[in-house]
Amino acid sequence: MAIFGPIVGLRTRLQKEGLYIDPQWLMVFFLVIGSALGRFLINLNSSRKTEIAFVKNTKLRISNYFSNKGKHIAITGFLFAVAYPFLPFTDRYLLDVGIMVLTYIMLGWGLNIVVGLAGLLDLGYVAFYAVGAYSFALLSTTFGWSFWICLPLAGIFAAFAGILLGFPVLRLRGDYLAIVTLGFGEIVRIILLNWYDLTGGPDGIGGISRPSFFGLPFTNNLKEGENSFHTFFNLEYSTAHKLIFLYYLILILALVTNFFTLRIRKLPVGRAWEALREDEIACKSLGVNPTNTKLTAFAIGAMFGGFAGAFFATKQTFVSPESFTFIESAIIVAIVVLGGMGSQTGVVLAAIFLIGFTEVFRELEQFRMIAFGLAMVLIMLFKPKGILSNREPTIKLHGDKK
Amino acid sequence: MEYFLQQLVNGITLGSIYGLIAIGYTMVYGIIGMINFAHGDIFMIGAFIAIISFLIFGLTSIALPFILLFVLLISMLFTACYGWTVEKLAYKPLRGSFRLAPLISALGMSIVLQNFVQVAQGARTKAIHPIITGKFEFFKESDFVVIVSHLQIFMVLLTIALMAGFTFLITKTDLGRAQRACEQDKTMASLLGINVDRTISVTFIIGSSLASVAGMMFVLYYGVIDFYIGFLAGIKAFTAAVLGGIGSLPGAMLGGLIIGLIEVMWSGYISSEYKDVAAFSVLIVTLIFFPTGLLGKPEIEKV
Repeated sequence: MAIFGPIVGLRTRLQKEGLYIDPQWLMVFFLVIGSALGRFLINLNSSRKTEIAFVKNTKLRISNYFSNKGKHIAITGFLFAVAYPFLPFTDRYLLDVGIMVLTYIMLGWGLNIVVGLAGLLDLGYVAFYAVGAYSFALLSTTFGWSFWICLPLAGIFAAFAGILLGFPVLRLRGDYLAIVTLGFGEIVRIILLNWYDLTGGPDGIGGISRPSFFGLPFTNNLKEGENSFHTFFNLEYSTAHKLIFLYYLILILALVTNFFTLRIRKLPVGRAWEALREDEIACKSLGVNPTNTKLTAFAIGAMFGGFAGAFFATKQTFVSPESFTFIESAIIVAIVVLGGMGSQTGVVLAAIFLIGFTEVFRELEQFRMIAFGLAMVLIMLFKPKGILSNREPTIKLHGDKK
Repeated sequence: MEYFLQQLVNGITLGSIYGLIAIGYTMVYGIIGMINFAHGDIFMIGAFIAIISFLIFGLTSIALPFILLFVLLISMLFTACYGWTVEKLAYKPLRGSFRLAPLISALGMSIVLQNFVQVAQGARTKAIHPIITGKFEFFKESDFVVIVSHLQIFMVLLTIALMAGFTFLITKTDLGRAQRACEQDKTMASLLGINVDRTISVTFIIGSSLASVAGMMFVLYYGVIDFYIGFLAGIKAFTAAVLGGIGSLPGAMLGGLIIGLIEVMWSGYISSEYKDVAAFSVLIVTLIFFPTGLLGKPEIEKV
């Protein structure tokens, strides 16, 4: 009964495939067979406990390996990331993907401060990303300021938005907080969409200036007496320079985020975050002010989101509300959670896995989002603590042998 | 005044849709304490099934009331299967896992359902001709005629009937008693011989079928659906559930009505572009000032 039930359930579930006037019963048939088979396999699998134990052992070994060699992996990864643009197989497309993956890694690390360290589930992180991108776009198009002035300003604006949101909502508990931040993310998007005078509505803002290399722009058409990057270094002009520069820029920004997170964990405020995550009531009774502490986490996380947004704006030279939908937030949260909350290396792996994976299957368009959602569900089912689960407090009392 | 009355009627109609979805949220939250993110998409699937069965029955020559009844039953049945499967696949294995796991899994499920429908039915919006036509007009002599369509009356009556049946189910039957018991204390309920897993599944089935009724109403009322309607409707219904006090069933209905009214009034008097902002602001304000909602019980946090 228990085996048969689900099969029937899955079958009925897919019978709505009939599309308008021309029903596609063949398709339904295949799906039913497929799901029945899948169900059958799952049932087979769950009856073999020994195999599961074996899988568990391997998993354990892998995660042990990762936690032991974490440092080496981080260093290798770092070296690989530095060398990436110059590797022989890297072409324009791969470089683009690299930039994208790094952007998500940076966002993931930024959100990790909020979700991983402080334990606040923020489903509207994209709002700060959007605030950063838009403030960067507006500052750079209206005042004509350069990238390096606008970048910190964009971060500050985003942090301000974080405080603005955080102030009223941080008294809420986990789930409510999640839903309110989600609402906030949507509010920001709707405002961007409808405040036509400032944001250009659905048209977005275009013509954002590209960053320059210490005042040397990456352009080919120069006026007399001006230097650009390639003339200054006596190089042949190539658009790849710009991409490589952008790649290093986001790499540096991401590394700054990482470094900052690693350091701030050891500061009192970082420890307060972790303590809050573990037990809020105990924290209160020990004199930690939860609201202020959470607010700093929110603001700092938002600031990094803002930096990433500014980078996004300058890379695309165009921003529009379409880039900041809920699905982006979901992707970032997925990266953090799948990576194992609080684990910096895990975020990197999850970002490479999710973004790289969806890029590889770009041709399949819609199917990749299904696969993406399924991956989220499956990883939660089999590895609920993420790929690399290291949610341990940074410090422990002596004699604690866990 | 006439304008206000018109908006009131529209608001109540919209509110009954939100209220029906909100019940699903509030029931699931009450019993397993998680926000079922995929519930909005379940509503969307209900709307799709309704539109497809309307098309199929449109080819036959059955009388209109029977078509409505059949479509209602079919969409309830199929959507309930979806709700049940989602629960089986994505939430049940995660019971007892850490807090965020089901939430993430639900997010993933919501993405899957949305894109599944997009792949299966195409990304374009689907439109259908109005099925129930006819209306009553009031205040004919004044300059603004208030229109109450038969459809709106049908929707409100259907909602009231469902609510009555549902209340009976929860308060008077064994199933309802089991459900309330699970809500209070799962361990104790299972000790007393209640099949907790089954009760939770039933909760999902009931919630999904109510959402599918809302989906069918949405199809009838707007006539246009696409695969993305679930997200916004879901958030608003969640707001309704929170506003009414999460875990409280009459609260969910009341919250739905209030949200519907606020949305309609806001777009009628202030600005229709920012009507979604209104709903979200209500959510935030409610959570800050009355975290337990209008009819909810205050929750005491124990150490």
